[in-house]
Amino acid sequence: MHLGVGAPMRECTYSEISTRSSSPMETPHKKRVPTRKWQAFPGRNKFYCNGRIMMARQTGVFYLTLVLIVVTSGLFFAFDCPFLASNLTPAIPIIGGVLFFFVMGMLLRASFSDPGVLPRATPDEAADLERQIDADNGPISGGYRPPPRTKEVVINGQTVKLKYCFTCKIFRPPRASHCSLCDNCVERFDHHCPWVGNCVGKRNYRFFYLFILSLSFLTIFIFAFVITHVILRSHRTGFLSALKDSPARYPFVVVCFFSVWSIVGLSGFHTYLISSNQTTNEDIKGTWSTKRGKDNYNPYSYGSIFTNCCAALCGPIPPSLIDRRGFIQPDTPQPLPHANGSTVYGSTQTQSHMCDQDQCIQSTKFVLQAAATPLLHSEPVMMGGDAPLPGRTSFAGHCASLATSHPTPHLHQQPVLGGGPGQPRPPTPAPPHPHQHPHHHLRSPEEVPSPPGMLPYSQAPQLYDPASLDSLHEDSVRGLVKLSSV
Amino acid sequence: MATEFHNLQELRHSASLATKVFIQRDYSEGTICKFQTKFPSELDSRIERTLFEDTVKTLNTFYAEAEKIGGQSYLEGCLACATAYIIFLCMETRYEKVLKKISKYIQEQNEKIYAPRGLLITDPIERGMRVIEISIFEDRGSSGSSSSSSSTSSSSGR
Repeated sequence: MHLGVGAPMRECTYSEISTRSSSPMETPHKKRVPTRKWQAFPGRNKFYCNGRIMMARQTGVFYLTLVLIVVTSGLFFAFDCPFLASNLTPAIPIIGGVLFFFVMGMLLRASFSDPGVLPRATPDEAADLERQIDADNGPISGGYRPPPRTKEVVINGQTVKLKYCFTCKIFRPPRASHCSLCDNCVERFDHHCPWVGNCVGKRNYRFFYLFILSLSFLTIFIFAFVITHVILRSHRTGFLSALKDSPARYPFVVVCFFSVWSIVGLSGFHTYLISSNQTTNEDIKGTWSTKRGKDNYNPYSYGSIFTNCCAALCGPIPPSLIDRRGFIQPDTPQPLPHANGSTVYGSTQTQSHMCDQDQCIQSTKFVLQAAATPLLHSEPVMMGGDAPLPGRTSFAGHCASLATSHPTPHLHQQPVLGGGPGQPRPPTPAPPHPHQHPHHHLRSPEEVPSPPGMLPYSQAPQLYDPASLDSLHEDSVRGLVKLSSV
Repeated sequence: MATEFHNLQELRHSASLATKVFIQRDYSEGTICKFQTKFPSELDSRIERTLFEDTVKTLNTFYAEAEKIGGQSYLEGCLACATAYIIFLCMETRYEKVLKKISKYIQEQNEKIYAPRGLLITDPIERGMRVIEISIFEDRGSSGSSSSSSSTSSSSGR
C-alpha cells in the first residue's frame, strides 16, 4: 500500500491481526504456540528430550533409587572386585557388570516409557457418550444427582463393570484405572511406583518386573560377595582388621541388606501376580478372589502359569497411544491441561471443522461462560502455550512430599454418585498386606468427581486466564452473530 | 489418481460434516482390541450392512493378528529381552508392522467404498484405540435443490 504520489516510495506492510488466534494478546507477546502433542498433554506428566522421555511429576524418589543403585554398585566394583577378581575369579566383576547394566537398562526403560496412557476423549466422542448415557438413563430431573455411569460387560463368563472416567470422559476399558498422581487413565494399571517415578501399566510392566527381579539378583550378588570378601580377608589378617578396611561402605552394606528383603519380597509378589495374571490393583481389592463368590474367577487368565508368564513377559508390546512427539494439527482441538483435572478444550481452532449444529452449541456455551465466569481461582491455568518446561524440582522437596503421603496403602473407594446398582462400601483402611512393599504408593482408582452442579449440559469448561476471557468474549460475539444468521 | 484426489479435495470444501458415528470396543473376549460389528442406525441409508461389517471384521482380524501370542511373538520378546530391548531401536515390532497394514487398509477402504458414499473412517489409533470414528458428510452444494440432501462426496483418507 503506497502512501501517496508525492511521498517517497516505500512499502507499508500491515500485518493483519489474526482474529482466529487463540488469544488476542498472543501476537504482540509472541508466545510460543505448542507444536508437539506432548507440550499440550493434559495429564500431570513431565516430558524430557522433546517428548521422548515421559515421567510422573514427582521424580525425587527416582533419583534416590538411581543414586542408591549406582553408589552401592560403584563401591562394590571399586573396593571388593579387585580383591575378588585376583583371589577368586575375574568372572565376578564381569557378571556383576552385566547385572548392573541390565538393572539400569530396565529401570530407565520402566521409568521413561509410556505406561499405557489412554488419551482423553475428543469433544465429539465425549458428546456422543453423553448423549448415549442420557438416552439410557432418561431425563435428569432438577435436584437429583445423575446416576453413576457404569456399563456392564461379560468377559469370558464374568460380569465386569466398566466405569466412566469424569476426567478423561471415557468408559475405562477393563483393567484400566485412573492414576490420581499422574491424572491419566492407564491401561492394565498395576500401581504408581514412586521409586521408578512413573505408573506401572500395560506397556512397562515387564520392564518393571525385570527391573525388580534383576535388582534382587544384583543385591544378593553384591551382598554375598561383600561377605565373602570380608571372610577371605579375615582369614589372612584377622576379623577385626578386615572390618576396619574402608569402613565408609558399611552403611551401604546395611542398605543392601534391608533392600534385599524388601526387593526379593516384592519380586516374589509380582511373580505370583504374573503367574495368576492379576494386577496389584485387583489383588488388593480381591476382585477375583474366591472369597467373593464361588463362581468368581479371573477371566483374563490363560489357564496355565506358564502361558500367563509368557504372555506377560514375552507378549507383544502395544504402541503408545498418545503420540507425544506428533505435531499438533492446527484444525484439531487439543484438550488443554487443567489444574483441577477437568479437561478444557481449545475454543477457537475448531470452527472450520465443525458443523453448524456444533457451532451453535459452542456459541451458546461461550455466551453462557462469558456471562458467568469471573476469575474464580488464583492458581494459573496451564494453557497450551504455557506448557511448563520440564525442570527438575528439588530433591528435598520431593522426599518431604512423599513422606507426608500414606506409608500404607489406602484404598479409595469409588465415589458413587447417587444410588446405583453397586453398593458403596465405606472406605476402610486396608490391613497391611503380607506381600506389601511398604514404600509403594498404591493409590487405587480415584476419580475426580465433577461437582454435580457442573454436569447438566456443561462440559462448559471454566477458563480462568484473563487472556482467554478476552478471546471468550470475542468468540461469544462471533457465536451470537452466527446464531442470528441461522 | 492424482487428479481425482485434487477433485476430491475441492469437493471436500463444499461438503460439510454432518455428524460422527462412533463404533465402540467389544470387550466380550477380554482386553484384546476388537470392535463391535453392530450396524449403527445413522449409516442405514448410506452404506450396505455387509460392506460395513466386512470392514469391521477385517479390522478385528488385523488387530487379533497384532496381539496374537504365539511362537513369533515369544521369539521377538525373548530376543528383545536378551538384547535389553536395544534391538527395538533398529527393528519394528510386529504390532507396529500390523498397524501400518491397518492404516493402508483403512485408506484403501476410504477411497474405494466410503468416500463415494460421503463417509470417512478415522484410524482407531488416532482415537486411542477406543472407537472407530466414521464421519458423515453432507454435500453443501446440492442442498439448495431439495430438502432431502443426498451426499456424494468427501475427502479420501489421509
